[in-house]
Amino acid sequence: MTQSLAATVEPRAVPAAVPACFHCGLPVPQAGAFRVTVLGRPREMCCAGCEAVARTIVDAGFESYYETRDSAQEGGLRPADLPPPEIYDDPLAQAQFVAPVGEHGREALLMLEGIRCSACVWLNERYLRQLPGVSAISINYATRRAQVTWDSRVIKLGQIISAVRSLGYDAYPFEPTRQLARDEKERRSSLWRLFVAGFGAMQVMMYAFPRYIDDAGTLSAEAEQVMRWASLVLTLPVILFACGPFFSSARADLRARRLGIDVPVSLGILAGFAASAWATLSGGGEVYFDSITMLVFLLLASRSMELSARRAATARLDHLARWMPSFATRLRSGDGEAERIAAHELRPGDRVLVAPGETVPADGLVVAGSSSADESLLTGESRAVEKGAGAQLIGGSVNIAQPLEMQVTRAGMETQAAAIGRLIERAAAGKPRLVESADRIAHVLTWVVLAAAGATLLGWALVEPSRAFWASVAVLMVTCPCALGLAAPIALTSATAALARRGIVLTRAQAVESMVGLTDVVLDKTGTLTEGKPGLAHFDALGKMAYEDCLALAQALESGSRHPVAGALLALPRAAQPRQPRHLTHFPGSGIEATIDGMRTRVGTLQFVREMAGELPGLPDARAHQSPVFLGTDEGWLARFLFEDRLRPEASGLVEGLRASGLQVHLLSGDDPGVVREVAGVLGLASCQGGVSPQDKHDYVKRLQAQGRRVCVIGDGLNDAPVLAQADVSIAMGQGAALAQQQADLVLLSGKLHGVLEAGRISRSAMAAIRQNFAWALAYNCVALPAAALGLIGPWEAAIGMAASSFVVVLNSARLAAALRK
Amino acid sequence: MESLYLLVPVSVVLVVLIGGVFWFALHSGQFDDLDRPGREILDDDDKP
Repeated sequence: MTQSLAATVEPRAVPAAVPACFHCGLPVPQAGAFRVTVLGRPREMCCAGCEAVARTIVDAGFESYYETRDSAQEGGLRPADLPPPEIYDDPLAQAQFVAPVGEHGREALLMLEGIRCSACVWLNERYLRQLPGVSAISINYATRRAQVTWDSRVIKLGQIISAVRSLGYDAYPFEPTRQLARDEKERRSSLWRLFVAGFGAMQVMMYAFPRYIDDAGTLSAEAEQVMRWASLVLTLPVILFACGPFFSSARADLRARRLGIDVPVSLGILAGFAASAWATLSGGGEVYFDSITMLVFLLLASRSMELSARRAATARLDHLARWMPSFATRLRSGDGEAERIAAHELRPGDRVLVAPGETVPADGLVVAGSSSADESLLTGESRAVEKGAGAQLIGGSVNIAQPLEMQVTRAGMETQAAAIGRLIERAAAGKPRLVESADRIAHVLTWVVLAAAGATLLGWALVEPSRAFWASVAVLMVTCPCALGLAAPIALTSATAALARRGIVLTRAQAVESMVGLTDVVLDKTGTLTEGKPGLAHFDALGKMAYEDCLALAQALESGSRHPVAGALLALPRAAQPRQPRHLTHFPGSGIEATIDGMRTRVGTLQFVREMAGELPGLPDARAHQSPVFLGTDEGWLARFLFEDRLRPEASGLVEGLRASGLQVHLLSGDDPGVVREVAGVLGLASCQGGVSPQDKHDYVKRLQAQGRRVCVIGDGLNDAPVLAQADVSIAMGQGAALAQQQADLVLLSGKLHGVLEAGRISRSAMAAIRQNFAWALAYNCVALPAAALGLIGPWEAAIGMAASSFVVVLNSARLAAALRK
Repeated sequence: MESLYLLVPVSVVLVVLIGGVFWFALHSGQFDDLDRPGREILDDDDKP
């Protein structure tokens, strides 16, 4: 074997005492249990699954995979957890995604999961190619799609898929959506247009060049005529094909009886071409084929740059929309048999198996198993979240460690992911006011350009008729409302994507503009500064029993209860040995009684437990905002739990950050004024009011606005809808089902308050970039238009100037996108 | 100078030919995946 240039990539470092699995990088629980000789040395593996995969790779002679891979195959799929591959052999199912090639040949597009680097692509390609019956395979690294052709007499699709799985990857049939297919086609045709225009421009320039350097007059008229004809021939495809997008958008504008930014450009191109063509045919006058083709090429180049900058920015948003897997493994309700179905067939109540490495196909609850999930796509939080029985799973998150069985609660369009998708669409459909006014300016400018071109034509016709035509064509070419049109979209898309990456969903584009120039921030308390649900604040042991035992008793009693405090009790870490309550009786409004270990036990209010346990020993009173829960038996008191709605850890950081950016912070809450004052004291807020109704909050914000202040309201998004609507910018903590009715401008999916500060920073830099773009585009036009009208700028300089002005705008926006990506 | 009468038309034909080659390359998927070929050089290919 030849030694590869790339160094062997060792798995991620783990604490020195525990060796890491050579294949997947996870810690090895028992050294020496699983071992495979790779690259001449025995390597430790963490489990039989990794050992089998590594052995397959080594036995097939593809050891060099381990030298060229970028990272260990972390969270690799284990074949045993996946549904049997034979289900893909069903001829009925195959009709959807398999195309026949000849009599026995078959072809299919497979989506590969687990591809991380080009070494993975190489490994899969080589391994599949050597399978008997596989005639061709090619894997696209960018899209993770494999095109496979096989002979149906020799091998079955299921066998190919299980071969992929034996390497630690998964493959399933890929069904392209119409949108994807259209994107692909559009990309190819825009590249083709760019090539036609670019190549045409270069060649036409070659023919024009002799004329430019011919000072001595050695170029004969006949030779020049030949080159003019050649230029005309090569300009034709540029005009007829490459200009298509400009002409069709200009035609659509004219048909709708309005003036778009493509109208003057199209007019300039057509007029220039017509005049040059006439000059060629009649054998006299000036030709500017070189300027025209160059203009078209540069314009197309700046537009395709814009397109790719936007693609890069929206790649993540697209991901948000498309993150749902297309298949799910459902456990049939009768016999519990696993079956692979399309994800959109899932219904609430279905039981679904989620293998490690798989994406959760719907919202639901964990029924069996415990694992951790990566919810970073939704919340921007990169740390994995532990998931045990009863935990919420969000569709679109990725199961990392162990197989999980879940019960679907919301599927399809009802899921959180779908709700987020709709919010994002709402934002994409709107424009900030600044952009709307820019569109109006561009519209006016279009009129100005046409009028100026007409005036130039007339003016020069009076002074020097021979220059009139080309001076007015230069006016049409040089002015570029395009730069104005491009100024905002890339910057806005980049800002939206940057926000989404941090778990912040922008639902109204206007918010990006409004975030800049705020003076006041009004905070709600419950659910915003605090977690919105009770947590254990204090525990008093009143008997001999310790905390763990009291908790186990209380949890056993409350296990069926739906009271919020019961929820808080049950959310505490569970006892190792759950107790079994008997004769469980609910006393609504008081508590619960049951017999545990032969003892009558009560949990609930002071009054309710006192009836059984007798007089309460002396205890300090609970504070105003704390809810007590008592526990006692017929032999005496056991414990008091004090619950309170605790402050979020990052609340004080938020208040400091807001103050540092010069904002005045107010605290308004419907809660008891004493509690609100206490919270305000902790955070150091002077301006606070408790016991206010939603209407009061609304009026408060209105009063501030009447003083000319611009107010941002941060709330939980449900109880304070009127005040959110009144605010200049509204921000809500978004979680769970409430997302669907969310009306706030910005939603913090992560539930992390410092997202507010991030949103402010991103909005400021996006608006700064947009303003710079506008300033540049306007300044450029103010200089270029008079210069062209006075005849100082020829057509070719006009072409370069116009394209350059668009390039500057695109580059400045790309700079912003790069800065926000950090 | 007479050579121009031949060379200019030839160059036009060449442009059309090269354009055709590019068209073929584009539509056979040559530019669909630009990341991988650069990495492929690191992969061993000399085994059976």
